[in-house]
Amino acid sequence: MLIKIRTSADLPYSEVTPENIYRSRRDFIKTAAAGTIGALAAGVVGCGPEASAAGQGALAAKKTINVDPAADPLNTLEQITTYNNYYEFGTNKGDPARTAGRLTVKPWTVKVDGLVDKPGDYGIEDLIDFKNLEERVYRHRCVEAWSMVIPWIGVPLSSVMAKVQPQSSAQFVEFTTLNRPSEMPGLRPGVLPWPYVEGLRMDEAKHPLTLMVVGLYGQVLPNQNGAPLRVHIPWKYGFKSGKSIVRIRFTDTQPKTAWNEQKASEYGFYANVNPTVDHPRWTQARETRLPGFAANRSTLMFNGYGDQVAKLYDGMDLRKFF
Amino acid sequence: MRSAWRRITAVLAAVINWRFFKPLVFVACAAKLAWLAWAFHLAWTGKDPSALGVNPKSELLHQTGLTALTLLLITLSITPFRRIFGINGIQRVRRMVGVWTFVYALAHLTIYLTLDQLCYSVETCQWRAIWQDVLQRPFIFMGQLAFVCLLLLAITSTAGWVRRLKKNWVRLHRLVYVAGGAAVIHFIWIQKSDISEPLRWAAWLAGLLLFRVGWALVKRRKAVQRPVTA
Repeated sequence: MLIKIRTSADLPYSEVTPENIYRSRRDFIKTAAAGTIGALAAGVVGCGPEASAAGQGALAAKKTINVDPAADPLNTLEQITTYNNYYEFGTNKGDPARTAGRLTVKPWTVKVDGLVDKPGDYGIEDLIDFKNLEERVYRHRCVEAWSMVIPWIGVPLSSVMAKVQPQSSAQFVEFTTLNRPSEMPGLRPGVLPWPYVEGLRMDEAKHPLTLMVVGLYGQVLPNQNGAPLRVHIPWKYGFKSGKSIVRIRFTDTQPKTAWNEQKASEYGFYANVNPTVDHPRWTQARETRLPGFAANRSTLMFNGYGDQVAKLYDGMDLRKFF
Repeated sequence: MRSAWRRITAVLAAVINWRFFKPLVFVACAAKLAWLAWAFHLAWTGKDPSALGVNPKSELLHQTGLTALTLLLITLSITPFRRIFGINGIQRVRRMVGVWTFVYALAHLTIYLTLDQLCYSVETCQWRAIWQDVLQRPFIFMGQLAFVCLLLLAITSTAGWVRRLKKNWVRLHRLVYVAGGAAVIHFIWIQKSDISEPLRWAAWLAGLLLFRVGWALVKRRKAVQRPVTA
């Protein structure tokens, strides 16, 4: 199978939205629809002559959906790209920004297998519809009790699944992160069971909030944030959102996920953001919104996305299935 | 070989016995706190929002905790150093470094109480959460244990207390090893998966304990032998 990988220059997007425009748009959202979920028409994004200075790797979204429940200010690109938990590049927050630069993300192949009608090795452009990218402003809540607000660019995971057609017997989807020691200096034994594996129940994976991410702040996703392809599930703790995905497997058994395997008493398979279930070593009732100083923000059930996702867990004891 | 050793010892002795050595150690101990205070000022006032990185609380906790542990282990290393090199002048700075250990531990605890548990005002303070932390979270308990030990040591570090407690002062101040052990365990237990960094500190502490035990054994043997050789 010949895989044609488009370089960023081939991408049919000539527009970029600079950070300052995001910020002014945020102000617009706040004044126009304070406290509500704002959705902006495609025309507002990245128009105007100032946006024509597109850098390499610019990505434009067809529409922007602000799904941050409180419409808080965005974190800056610098904050989002210099404070990362990506243990394949080192366990310190600053390690990925320093060491992920050497990662080769082109070409990139994703193996799709398991209980699926169209298995195979896919190039990214075969999985992601780059003509229908969406920008989604999501809250990101880390299990370490800090949070950020991040403008991702991507497509719903459901659109990817529609292309590969999982079988009806599939109950879970499993994401495997790249395991390439030559470019990932953090891949030492004893840190985590490698490769990093994460997974979702099928109904979670199909949920419209579950995003397959390829970009950030109008640009191709930086390596330290999980380039070229990662998932983001905004109502779950950050570790559920696997980075640099090389394999998507559909299965009828619950995947053995990395942190759950490492320490099941501290990291559950579901890992839904839940202020009433504390991590054994710290409270999850409050969080620090970076770059703030104090843990003075109440954590919301399902990270504030409860009205959209709570029904997935009807009848489940979330203290047991944490 | 022997002359090289002598030369090294002579240089060390010259530095340590220099009259500005103690003020210099004081400045070195204070420098980190002064730098952190300055960075806090820059970040808090917004003059340089990134002065303490993206997560200021975590940076402050890490830096103060790590410095407290370093100073604690330096304090414990002073006696072995004196015995190995035979430079008694080093003993002049031991109490001072010990008190600085307490200062950094106090800063560490204060940051936890104000920024993590919101005790910057009585109304916001999360009393229940603090209590739960102490009771239910072993790593917090270890940290508190280390702090209480250091508090006792700092209070009784004055000449008056040395005189009042007589022999018991030495016994009480063996708590420094409890503080060291608790602090290292506190550091290990906060790690999510990779414990290679705290293990280095654990190795340092273990080395100090071994030296102490070895020295005591040697001393006892000499004490037993003395009547025979006399």
